[in-house]
Amino acid sequence: MMSGAAALDVRGLTKRYDRPAVDALDLTVRAGEFYALVGPNGAGKTTTLRMVAGLLRPDAGSVSIFGIDALGASAAAKQVTAWVSDEPMIYDKLTPLEYLEFVAGLWGIAPSVAKASAHHLLTSLGLGPHLDQRCEGFSKGMRQKVALAGALVHDPRLIILDEPLTGLDAVSARHVKGLLGERVRNGDTVIMTTHILEVAERMADRIGVIAAGRLVAEGTLTELRQQNGRADQSLEELFIALVDVEAAAA
Amino acid sequence: MTSATAISWFARHELRLAWREGLAMLTGGRRRRTRTAVIGILLFAAFLHLPAWAVIGRFAELRAPLDPPSLIIVTASIFLAWALILSQAIESVTRVFYARADLDLIMSSPTRLAEIFSVRLAAIALSVTTMALLFATPFVDVLVITGGARWLAAFGVVIAAGLSAAAIAIAITIMLFRLIGPARTRLMAQILAAIIGAGFVIALQIAAILSYGTLSRFAILTSDAATALAPDAASILWWPARAAIGDTTTLLPLLSASLLLLGGVMAIFSARFADTATTASAYAVARPRGSRTRAFRRGSRQQALRRKEFILLGRDPWLISQTLMQLFYLVPPALLLWRSFADSTAALVLVTPVIVMAAGQLAGGLAWLTISGEDAADLVASAPLSPSQVIRAKIEVVLITISVIFAPLLAALVLTEPWQAAITACGVIVAAGSATSIQLWFRVQASRRHFRRRQTSSRLATFAEAFCSIGWAATAVLALTVPVAAVICGLITAAIFAASWKLSPRRE
Repeated sequence: MMSGAAALDVRGLTKRYDRPAVDALDLTVRAGEFYALVGPNGAGKTTTLRMVAGLLRPDAGSVSIFGIDALGASAAAKQVTAWVSDEPMIYDKLTPLEYLEFVAGLWGIAPSVAKASAHHLLTSLGLGPHLDQRCEGFSKGMRQKVALAGALVHDPRLIILDEPLTGLDAVSARHVKGLLGERVRNGDTVIMTTHILEVAERMADRIGVIAAGRLVAEGTLTELRQQNGRADQSLEELFIALVDVEAAAA
Repeated sequence: MTSATAISWFARHELRLAWREGLAMLTGGRRRRTRTAVIGILLFAAFLHLPAWAVIGRFAELRAPLDPPSLIIVTASIFLAWALILSQAIESVTRVFYARADLDLIMSSPTRLAEIFSVRLAAIALSVTTMALLFATPFVDVLVITGGARWLAAFGVVIAAGLSAAAIAIAITIMLFRLIGPARTRLMAQILAAIIGAGFVIALQIAAILSYGTLSRFAILTSDAATALAPDAASILWWPARAAIGDTTTLLPLLSASLLLLGGVMAIFSARFADTATTASAYAVARPRGSRTRAFRRGSRQQALRRKEFILLGRDPWLISQTLMQLFYLVPPALLLWRSFADSTAALVLVTPVIVMAAGQLAGGLAWLTISGEDAADLVASAPLSPSQVIRAKIEVVLITISVIFAPLLAALVLTEPWQAAITACGVIVAAGSATSIQLWFRVQASRRHFRRRQTSSRLATFAEAFCSIGWAATAVLALTVPVAAVICGLITAAIFAASWKLSPRRE
């Protein structure tokens, strides 16, 4: 379903703490693409995505979402973007339906549309029996699914997920992957960080490998194999080889 | 590991946890602050001797045998302190039950759970008693310094009060679990703690207002009616008072009785502790809330934010108990107000500082919950709203809530004393505005669950908020009585407010 136009265009993105967390990063994700960003702990994946989602101000660089300058016109960029972190951002004292009503209100979605969408999303994620129970008694997986439904209720064109499968059981992970696959087939763009390389290998159209705040390799699995000169390697072997090379260079 | 070794090992573990939790409460979780926190506490404890001297210094010369009014006042004061300790103990016990932390680990270990949990109950009693001793020390110090070493026995009374309060708190909480279940116990326990803490003073004030038209609780305690109703001097009711002034024949039985009470509660309830705590931590809120058929509501993005805040505030057990307590404290002034419809009294002026102070304190708590206690900060930050729109919506929630709570009192005041109502309204607005602004300037991202630690995250903000509430309350009452002094007091409070802005990390 890729259209070829850029859903996300990042140029020279930089963020420093005591050392560069993201170092003049260039990244382009095409519309309708499932893009997996992988890298070792502390590589700068989350920092990059938080800057893209407008949660963190970059020190330098530009972020463009569907042609909208996300740093200059942040509200317009956020209107078409959703962010899901590995720690579910939900309210213990709200029910899933109330939570989705709140999110839809924040994004200014018509109540009738939002309600139908909320029911569909929650039910398809297996939360149908829990629609009117407060989230305080929910497991980590259920909370993550509520957060994901909240991210999708405003029908975003760009969905950014930071380790969305952390803590999910096999059935829940399958629900989430199914829902994300459906979104990509419908033309939405998904950018996801993950440590589960099999997921990236199986689901992503393209994979970006990030290390020390820089993109060290990018492409389809086949392209990555070609770049590394080993046609039979798994993504895990490629990843370790790329990261080792980068660590040695550093 | 033998039984005795296991108990002593677990006791050390509990003490270490209690110490670190206490330290974290004082330092806001920053280890480097420990020395500063200790110095601050020592200075604060030294400072507390001044108000302690003002409050209790006049009792230092009391000697046995006490006359009936003195017995009544000392006994009532001890009972008041005990009620406050009990209130704190209920809060502590509830917190232990709902803190899952190590429960799975302990219950999966091959130890005798009844013994282990009896240590945990003893640890609760120890921490409650230690806190009581810490707060009582300045008062007892004043009595010892000015009245002699015989007052050291008052420490024994405090220990007895701490142990007995902890025992009763444990029993009350576990019985609440049995009676109303874990889902309601947390809220009920907090409300109960608030009512017990404030109830005795307020009951005395109400009796004083109804009988003498004054807010002073001493009016009722020193009345002839109270003396006539009091039992004779040999009664067991006076044992705490007699023990406090150095009568060891009553102190030793008191200490023994409180230890026996605690031992009995531990023997009865330690075996049930595991069940209760497991149920509390694992309870699933399975009861449906709201309705699936209800339509999603229309409105702007800011309205969605405000609605969410109102729902969360309405479902916050801490806030409900605190608001009830604030409202509870407003009962005596409201009663005074009601009485003054028929009989105008100068005491009515005391209503103003109570209302202004309550508004400031409540606004500070509300502002923390709405501004700092945002559990889904990333979600709100990733929404298509500017930060200023988010903050504005949250501030509106605080101010609307304060208006709803205090408007009825102000409306009643308008009917009796319009000028006083105007001054009080100004005081409420300024106090609520100050407390909200301070919370805004010192905001830090936190979970609502950490509300109890809000005062340790910035001590400066805590003191600024408290001093501003007190300052505006004093300014308002002085505006009604000594306008020139009100100007000075107002300027000092404004200076504190400005200084807190200057020192704040976010000057917006």
